[in-house]
This record gives sequence, structure tokens and C-alpha cells, in this order.
Amino acid sequence: MALQDKYKELIDAATAAPVVNLKVREEEDVLYMDGESSGAVKQQLWDIYGKLDPDYSSGDLMLNINSVAGISEGAKLKVTTNKTNLNIRSGPSTNDDIVGKAARHEVVTLVRKENDQWWFIKTDDGEEGYSFTQYLTPVEG
Amino acid sequence: MKKMLKLGFAAVALLLMLGTTSCKKKLKDADIQAAIETVFKADADMSNSMVSVKDGVATITGECKDEACKTKCEDAVKKIEGVKSVVNNCTVAPVVAIVPPVTDQLQQAIADALKDFPTVKSELKDGVLTLTGEVAKTSLQKMMMGLNTLKAMGLKKIESASLVKK
Repeated sequence: MALQDKYKELIDAATAAPVVNLKVREEEDVLYMDGESSGAVKQQLWDIYGKLDPDYSSGDLMLNINSVAGISEGAKLKVTTNKTNLNIRSGPSTNDDIVGKAARHEVVTLVRKENDQWWFIKTDDGEEGYSFTQYLTPVEG
Repeated sequence: MKKMLKLGFAAVALLLMLGTTSCKKKLKDADIQAAIETVFKADADMSNSMVSVKDGVATITGECKDEACKTKCEDAVKKIEGVKSVVNNCTVAPVVAIVPPVTDQLQQAIADALKDFPTVKSELKDGVLTLTGEVAKTSLQKMMMGLNTLKAMGLKKIESASLVKK
């Protein structure tokens, strides 16, 4: 229960947000929080997490918030890399060849989801392949 | 008296006949079953199939790897002497895609998530990921967000106390 006290603010925020299918479970000194939310809610929760556990260094929480579960095929996605272009690959892993690139802040289209980490996307120029979901943010509205 | 004796003999003979035929029939089913089992055991394709024989009707059960194997079992049973008909209740194993073990998948997913953080070193053991090396404070959240979603792939814990945040 100690961890649920430590992360009470986070759990309360997730409950209020709301996070869909929220599951909170404590096991072997790790608190597990799973659920689905929008990208904005995920960001808000991660900011609270960073405040309660500076640098996320305690290793006592796994905050598994899926902000991409509700995105459907055909959705427009913005490339949100830090600086670089986004690689488009021939298969769903970094071992697969780079077959194209999408510029930072370019908007691409979701063709289908391979898994939560890799999506098959298509650019307006017709380039297509797998990209890492971490760098794709749904265009709201 | 002679007549009685004759009748008695006939009755005994009849009993004997009945007795032997029913015995013979039972043995026969068991023999057929044994013969089929021998054939099944000898072939890797059919070694997971089982059979039971009753009144010459052979019922095949168990699991086959595909439809061809199921047909092969049936054909093999039909060839066995004494089999009158075959009921083929073999199930065909569902087609399972060959997927790499979960740890390999997780290991690859971790490598993918850390690809843009080359100064971070990682070690995965029993579902616990230990991070060392260094990372820019501004990149930390993005990196941790990516790693935390791997819980869905079996990641249990992330130890990053020794990771230097600059």
C-alpha cells in the first residue's frame, strides 16, 4: 500500500482524467498502472510521475498508458521526433531496412497497426512502411 | 436316452460355438487395434493419433498436423485387415505462426526504444531492465514513456538509479 500512497496524486489524476480500463496493482514492490488515454492525458500523468519521483529513478512504478489504442486506420499523424527525420522501415523493427523518411512535423496517414510499437504509415508522397509509434502523435480533431 | 444325449451334445456344441465366436470377435477388435497402433507408431506423422476398434469399426482420434496427415491416417487404417469402416475424428492442429520467444521480442523492442539514446546502456534479466550510462534530462521522459509501454511485452521493472541524468 505504501506505493499507492506515494503515487496517490497520480492515481487520483488517472481516475479523474479519465483513463479508460485503468488498472492499478502492486506486486513485488512495483506499482503497475495500465490504461488508455489521449496523448495529452498521458503527458499530464507523466509530468505528475516526474514530480513524485524525480528522474523516474526509483524503479517502483510501471506507468503503461497507451495513448494510441483509440487511433483508427486512416487517422492523420504528426511526426514528433526530437530533431531528426522519422525512419520508415521495411519491417516492424530497427533491424529492418530504412525505405523512406518523414520530416519532423510532417503529417502522415496511419494505414494499419502492427503492434503498439510499430505502425504501417504512408506519407503524402506515397512512401510507406513501418515507423515507431513513439514519434507519431495523432493530429487532434 | 440316446436322443437326450444327442441333444445335450448339440447344446454343448452350440454353446462352444457361441463362446468361441464371441471370444474370437473380441480378440479380433483388439488385434485390429493393435495392428493399427503399430502402423501409427511407426510413422512420425501419425504418432499422435489414437484408435479404438469396436465390431470392426475403427475410430481415429488424436491430433494431426494438417489435413493431409488426417487423410493419411484414414487411408492407413482402411488398409488394415478386418477394418469394416473408419470414423475419422482426428483434429487438425491450428496453424501456429513461428514467433520468436517473448524475451527476444522484448529485447528487440527495448533496442528499438533505446535506439535514439545511444549513450544509454541496458541489460535485461528476468524481466528487469537495468539502465546505466547517461541521458539528457530533456530526453529522459520520452525514453521512459517508450520503455514503460513495454510492460505489455513482459517488462516488469526498470532500474535506472545508476543512470546519469545530465
